[in-house]
Amino acid sequence: MSNNKLKSEGVNIQSHRLSKKEIEDNFSDLHAPLTQIEALIEADRCYFCYDAPCTKACPSDIDVPGFIQSIRSDNLTGAAEKILSENIFGGMCARDCPTEELCQQACVRNDHEDKPVEIGLLQRYATDSVLDNGVKLFSRKKDTGKSIAVVGAGPAGISCAHRLSVLGHNITVYDAKDKLGGLNEYGIAAYKSTHDFAQQELDYILDIGGINIETGMELGKQITLDDLQKQFDAVFLGCGLGTVNQLNLDNENISGVIDAVEYIANLRQTSNKDELMVGKNIVVVGGGMTAIDIAVQSKLLGAEQVTIAYRRGKNAMAASEYEQALAKKHDVQIQYHLSPKQLISNESNVSAMEFDVMKSHNDGSIKATGESLTLKADVVFKAIGQKLVTEGLADNNLELEKGRIVVDKNRKTSLTKVWAGGDCILDGDNLTVSAVQDGKLAAISINETLTQGA
Amino acid sequence: MADLTSNFLGIKSPNPFWLASAPPTDKAYNVNRAFEAGWGGVSWKTLGEDPHIVNVNGPRYSTMMSNDRRVIGFNNIELITDRPFQVNLKEMRQVKRDWPDRALVASVMFPMNEESWAKHIPIIEDTGIDGFELNFGCPHGMSERGMGAAVGQVPEYIKQATEWCKKYATVPVIVKLTPNITDVIYPAEACLEGGADAVSLINTINSIMRVDYDSLTMFPTTGGMGTHGGYCGEAVKPIALNMVAEIARNEKTKNLPISGIGGVTTWKDAVDFLALGASNVQVCTAAMVYGFKIVEDMKTGLSNFLDEKGMNSVDELIGKAVPSVTDWKFLNLNHVDKAVIDQEKCIKCGRCHIVCEDTSHQAINYSNDEGNRVFTVDDTECVGCNLCVSVCPIVDCITMVAMESGTDPRTGKVITSEPADWTTHENNPLKVS
Ligand SMILES: Cc1cc2nc3c(=O)[nH]c(=O)nc-3n(C[C@H](O)[C@H](O)[C@H](O)COP(=O)(O)OP(=O)(O)OC[C@H]3O[C@@H](n4cnc5c(N)ncnc54)[C@H](O)[C@@H]3O)c2cc1C
Ligand SMILES: Cc1cc2nc3c(=O)[nH]c(=O)nc-3n(C[C@H](O)[C@H](O)[C@H](O)COP(=O)(O)O)c2cc1C
Ligand code: SF4
Ligand code: SF4
Ligand code: SF4
Repeated sequence: MSNNKLKSEGVNIQSHRLSKKEIEDNFSDLHAPLTQIEALIEADRCYFCYDAPCTKACPSDIDVPGFIQSIRSDNLTGAAEKILSENIFGGMCARDCPTEELCQQACVRNDHEDKPVEIGLLQRYATDSVLDNGVKLFSRKKDTGKSIAVVGAGPAGISCAHRLSVLGHNITVYDAKDKLGGLNEYGIAAYKSTHDFAQQELDYILDIGGINIETGMELGKQITLDDLQKQFDAVFLGCGLGTVNQLNLDNENISGVIDAVEYIANLRQTSNKDELMVGKNIVVVGGGMTAIDIAVQSKLLGAEQVTIAYRRGKNAMAASEYEQALAKKHDVQIQYHLSPKQLISNESNVSAMEFDVMKSHNDGSIKATGESLTLKADVVFKAIGQKLVTEGLADNNLELEKGRIVVDKNRKTSLTKVWAGGDCILDGDNLTVSAVQDGKLAAISINETLTQGA
Repeated sequence: MADLTSNFLGIKSPNPFWLASAPPTDKAYNVNRAFEAGWGGVSWKTLGEDPHIVNVNGPRYSTMMSNDRRVIGFNNIELITDRPFQVNLKEMRQVKRDWPDRALVASVMFPMNEESWAKHIPIIEDTGIDGFELNFGCPHGMSERGMGAAVGQVPEYIKQATEWCKKYATVPVIVKLTPNITDVIYPAEACLEGGADAVSLINTINSIMRVDYDSLTMFPTTGGMGTHGGYCGEAVKPIALNMVAEIARNEKTKNLPISGIGGVTTWKDAVDFLALGASNVQVCTAAMVYGFKIVEDMKTGLSNFLDEKGMNSVDELIGKAVPSVTDWKFLNLNHVDKAVIDQEKCIKCGRCHIVCEDTSHQAINYSNDEGNRVFTVDDTECVGCNLCVSVCPIVDCITMVAMESGTDPRTGKVITSEPADWTTHENNPLKVS
C-alpha cells in the first residue's frame, strides 16, 4: 500500500504556502455564477433549435432549449424542473460537466461564431434558484410497497434512489463512507464545487423522503450482495471505483508518492486549506481529469513547480483541450511522451522521478526512444485511473469484463434482480452526468420490472 | 458626400432629421442641446391655451424591452406643454434667433372654436417660427377634453380646425395625424380639403403596456390606477410606414407632402420613410432612449447610403418605393417563389423545419443521419410563404428564388411570364373578364 497523506514537514513539503486569504480567493468559483441580466442576455442567444443537438449531446437528455426558454421568461422554477426531471444533479453537472465536449460542443452557435451558448452557466442559474430557495419540485407517488437497495451514495446511486422514490418505492442506500455524495463530495475539484454545494444539493434531493440512508456499510463487509438480493425486490450497484491504479514501480510506497484521488478527497474535506501539506516541486503522472485537477489545485495551494507527465501525445490525452488550457493558464507544465521509469529518493522521501521518453506511432502505439528524462519531485501524484473493487462482487454470478460490471442498455446486470451504473460499469465514461443518467435509466427499468402486471 | 439639406414646404434645415413635438423639444434648454448635437429641426412641444395643463406626478413612461433591456416599444401618458404659454413663446423666439438655419415648427392644440385659433396663431407666428403643426393626435388625456385624437378621428373637425389655422397663419401648416383610426385616407383628405400644406404622421397609438405581475393591476399606475397611453418607438414603425405609403399612393393625396414619424431610430428607418413617400422624418423615442447624440449615425448613415446609391440628395430618394406598393388584388398570382437553403451557411438549427412543419406547409424536410442534420426544401409543398426566411437566424441563408420557367411542382402549373391577378381569377366571384 502506498502512503496517502503527506506527513513529513520538510523544507520542500510545507503547509501555509499561501495566506488563508489567497487560498480562499484561489478556491472561489472557477466561473462566477451569472447575474440576472447576464443570464437573460445569454438565454437570448439560444435559437430554440428543433431536435436540439445540445440535448442530443447531453448524456442525461436535458431539454436545453426548453429550459433556456423558461429562463428567458423568468420562469426559473419551470426551467429548473425541466433540468432536474432529467438530471436530479443538474446543479453539480452545471458546475462540473466538461461542457466543451458535451452540450456546448454541439451548440449550433459554434458553426458561425465559434461561441456556443453558455449552457452550463445557464443551467446553474436555473438550478441555483430552486436549490437556494428550497423550491420543492418532486413528490412521491403512492407507496408501491416495493423496497430496493442502492449500494453507493454517489451520483449514480442517489440519482437511482431519487427516481425510485418519486415512483413510490422505498429505498435503502448503503455507503461505506460516513459522508454521502461519492466523488461529488470527495473528488470534484474544489473550485468547481465551492462551499458546501455537494451537501446542499444532496439535502435538497433527499428531501423527497422514502430514502433510508445507512452509512458505514460496505458491500463485502457489513453487507453482501447475496443478502441484498434476498432482502430486497431489486438492487442497484453504484459503488464507483474504490481503488486506484498503481505505477508498479519498485519503491512506490516511499514517502511523497501518493494517490491523487486520496489527496483531493482530503483537500475537499479540509476547511482550512492553508493547513494542507503542499510540495514545492510536484510531478503528476497521468492524463485525465484527475491529473489536471490535482495539478491545478496544487498550484492554487502554492506549489512552485507542477508538471504533468503523460505517456502519450497531446491528442490522446483524456483531459479535454479546454482542461489542458486551464492547466496551462495556472502555470502547470504538461510534458507529453513521458513514461514512468523509476522513483528516486533521498533518505525518507522521493526526490525525483525518471521517465522514458516515448514516441507515438501511426498505429497509436508508443515506443521508448531510449532517451530518458528526470524531473525533480518532492511529491509525486498518481493519477493514472481508478479500479473497481471486486471483492464484494466476487462470489456471485455477476458478469464482469475488464474489471467492470457488464450491463445492458437498461443498466441491468447479468443477475435478475441487480442493476448497476456509474463508474463501476463497463464502457462508462467516468462523468458525473453519465452516472446520473445510469441511475435514472436503472430506476426506470427497475420500476417497469417491479410493477409489471401490477 | 450626398447633400442632406432638406427643404420641406420651403422650411430649410441642414438635414431631414427633426425632433418630434415631445419632451425633447419641451423647452429652450433641450432644444439648444439638440441643435448643438446636430438635429436639423424641431417641432416644439405642443402649445395650448392657458391656464396650462398639468401632468401626473408619477410614471409617465414605460417600455417594452428585449432581455438585454433594449427598448422596443415606448408608452406615455404625458399631455401637452405644462408651462405657461408666454414662457414658451419667449424661449421659441430666442431659439429661432440663435439658430436661424434650423427648422422650428410650433406644435399647437386648441379647442374647436375659432376665437381660440384667432387669438393664439398670430402671436405664436410672431416669434419667428417656420410653420405650424396641428396636434390632432394625442390619444390620452387631451382627447378626453375634445382635442388631440378626438379631433383627428373626425374628418370634419380636421378640415374645420385646419381652415381656422390657415386663416390666421401665413407660414406653412402641417397637420399631425393620429393612427387611432380605421383608414388614414379619410383624415388625410380632410387635411387637403382644409388647406393643409402637409401632413405629419404618426402620433402615438392607444396602448396598455402590461399588468404588474405582483399586484395584478395594469402597469404602470399612478398610485394604483392607470390609464391607456400612447405607444411609439421602433415597434410602431411598420404601422406608420403603411399609413405614409397609403397617403403617398392615394390619387387625391399623393402630392400632399408628408413628414414621417414613428419609430425612427437609425438611418435605415429614415430610408424607409423617405422611400415610401415622406419628405423628412421626425424622431421622439430614439432621442428619449439614447439622447441627442443618436442623430450622428442617422446623418452619416443616410449620407453614405445615398452615396452608395449614386444619389446626390435626399430629394432623389423621396417616394422611390411608392410605385411598388399596390393593392393585394393586383399582386401577380402567376409569380412562383420557392425557398432555397444555402447549405454552406446553414447552421442546422432546424427552426425553418419546425415552423413550416407545425404552422405552415410541411415543406422543409429534416434528416438526421448519425448527427448529420440536413434541412431541405420540398418544392412540391413549398408555397413560397417566406416563414422560413423570417425565422432563420442566419442572414441570407434561406432566400426566395423565383421560378422563371418549367412547372411548379406543387401545383403542376406551367410557369408563365404573363401576369395574372385576383381581379381576373376564376375563383373570384366578382372577376372582370
Ligand atoms: C478527482 C476526480 C475529479 C473528477 N472531476 C470530474 C468532473 O469535473 N466532471 C465530471 O463529470 N466527472 C468528474 N469525475 C468523475 C466523476 O466524479 C465520476 O464519474 C462520478 O462521481 C461517478 O459516480 P458514481 O456514483 O458511479 O461513483 P462515486 O461518485 O465514486 O460514488 C461511489 C460511492 O459508492 C461508495 N462505495 C464504494 N464502494 C462501496 C462498497 N463496497 N460498499 C458500499 N459503498 C461503496 C463510495 O463511498 C461512494 O460514496 C472526477 C473524478 C475524480 C476521481
Ligand atoms: C412622452 C411623449 C410625449 C409626447 N408629446 C407629444 C406632444 O406634446 N405633441 C405631439 O404632437 N406629439 C407628442 N408625442 C408624440 C411624438 O411626437 C411622436 O409622434 C411619437 O412618439 C412617434 O414617434 P417616435 O416613435 O419617434 O417616438 C409624444 C410622445 C411621447 C413619447
Ligand atoms: S444548440 Fe445551442 S442554440 Fe441550439 S438549442 Fe442548444 S443551446 Fe440553444
Ligand atoms: S428620469 Fe429624472 S425626473 Fe424622471 S424619474 Fe428619473 S430621475 Fe426623476
Ligand atoms: S433556419 Fe436557417 S440555419 Fe436553421 S436549419 Fe433552417 S436554413 Fe439552417
